[in-house]
Amino acid sequence: MTDLRKTVAIVGVDESDEIGKIPGKSNLQHHAEAAHNALADAGMTMKDVNGLFTAGTSTLNLAEYLGIEPSFTDTTAVGGSSFVIHIAHAMAAINAGYCDVALVTHGEAGRSRRTRPGPDPADPGPQYEIPYGLMGPPINYAMAARRYMHMYGEDKARQGMAEVAVATRKWAQMNPKAYMKDDMSFDDYHNSRWISEPFHLLDCCLVTDAGGAYVITSAERAKDAKKKPVWVLGAAESHDHNIISQMPDLTRSVAKNTGPAALKMAGLTHDDMDLAMIYDSFTYTVLATLESLGFCGPGEAPDFVANQRTAPGGDFAMNTSGGGLSYTHSGMYGMFLILEAVRQLRGECGERQIDNPKLCLVNGTGGQLSSTGTTVLAVD
Amino acid sequence: MTYKKPIPVPQGESDFYWEKAKAGELWLRYCNSCAQSYFYPTDICRNKDCSNPRDTDWIKVSGKATLFTFGIVHRAPHPGFVDDVPYVTAIVELEEGPKMPTNIVIDNPSSDNLKIGMPLEVVFEDITEKIALPKFKPA
Repeated sequence: MTDLRKTVAIVGVDESDEIGKIPGKSNLQHHAEAAHNALADAGMTMKDVNGLFTAGTSTLNLAEYLGIEPSFTDTTAVGGSSFVIHIAHAMAAINAGYCDVALVTHGEAGRSRRTRPGPDPADPGPQYEIPYGLMGPPINYAMAARRYMHMYGEDKARQGMAEVAVATRKWAQMNPKAYMKDDMSFDDYHNSRWISEPFHLLDCCLVTDAGGAYVITSAERAKDAKKKPVWVLGAAESHDHNIISQMPDLTRSVAKNTGPAALKMAGLTHDDMDLAMIYDSFTYTVLATLESLGFCGPGEAPDFVANQRTAPGGDFAMNTSGGGLSYTHSGMYGMFLILEAVRQLRGECGERQIDNPKLCLVNGTGGQLSSTGTTVLAVD
Repeated sequence: MTYKKPIPVPQGESDFYWEKAKAGELWLRYCNSCAQSYFYPTDICRNKDCSNPRDTDWIKVSGKATLFTFGIVHRAPHPGFVDDVPYVTAIVELEEGPKMPTNIVIDNPSSDNLKIGMPLEVVFEDITEKIALPKFKPA
């Protein structure tokens, strides 16, 4: 593969104007607000954009609303990981010369509108799941978590899930934009109501209204950006199933491939990373992903996150925004992983800023643990 | 009483599966080349290493299975399931090898009466004039 390290950089990031519970704004309005905010962060305007990427709606719909005619268009939609995967696609397109300023946007009024189309009971696979009420991530991921508990011990897995929920809330308490900032004790976690066993309410991500966007451009254009470029060193993507009952191993996502591939491309190892953004649709998603990425072995994630190791002050900084669990999760959280990674690498995170990070691994997971995109981001 | 849950919409390659389910039988697709049945039914074998993916037939299976994993749903994902909670979603491993999604029919479901690996057998729940859903109960 061609060495594409540091050929593209993220130069602008932002959310939509308001996030949380925002009745009255459409999905596309969240896209557009975030897009203009991210472009302003980059010192650019909509006029500069010639590559357009999104998931959840078609770029056809999006470009009309934004008023642009892109020379490169990409609606790769493989769930919440899509916006991480778009980094690799933008890198390829920019290097091939199809565009030089790529805008990637997300917007979803997940809390106020809840208008997501469900799976189709005429589809070859879903016709065998939906009639049984195997519908939606909280139910599907719960069955994967139950299998993990069976393999590695229920008490140990439960403690790992609790550690993630509690640690992530502590980060959210330092993020002014976070939706859930109340104190969370381990008792609060264990006593929260069942959603779908083995998931308590506090195992599950939020459902918010939010948009996010980032601008990614060539090394040449990045020189003129307002802020220091955040370089892409590695990127990889994959998926291995759509419906949960077709997942080859309920305890291993394709991060087992994309993690090592992204690190190899970057020429780095797990130990080189200063922080990690790991899609936390559920507490269990984090455990399975840390193991799949190779930060620890199968069954070892509960020990890896033990004693609040991923909380503020711990020695493995993870999901410092407060994550999908406590900061925001409008439906496809992958976008927000990148926003926080870029802000940490630029040193813009205020109270929650970690000490001078240079390298961040980002892993998005989409669908029913179906797809992953891993990327390695860096600052000089 | 009207049935309010989503109803499977059989397609050409799944008509036979649903017809047999209505007759109280569980049939899978079988690949002659791989010498293995598979789920879900497709005319073409989905094993990318298969040497002859179009050489497939239907095969009747025993309906015996073990519990591979499960969840107990407390918040209904769809209005049709509101009266069912808590209900059990599961992936079961059939005696012949393939895994399939289903419900476990059991009173007062809990992690005390549901154990991964427990033996199960198929039962059929009539939901419309044409459709019966294969479900599983403790054997």
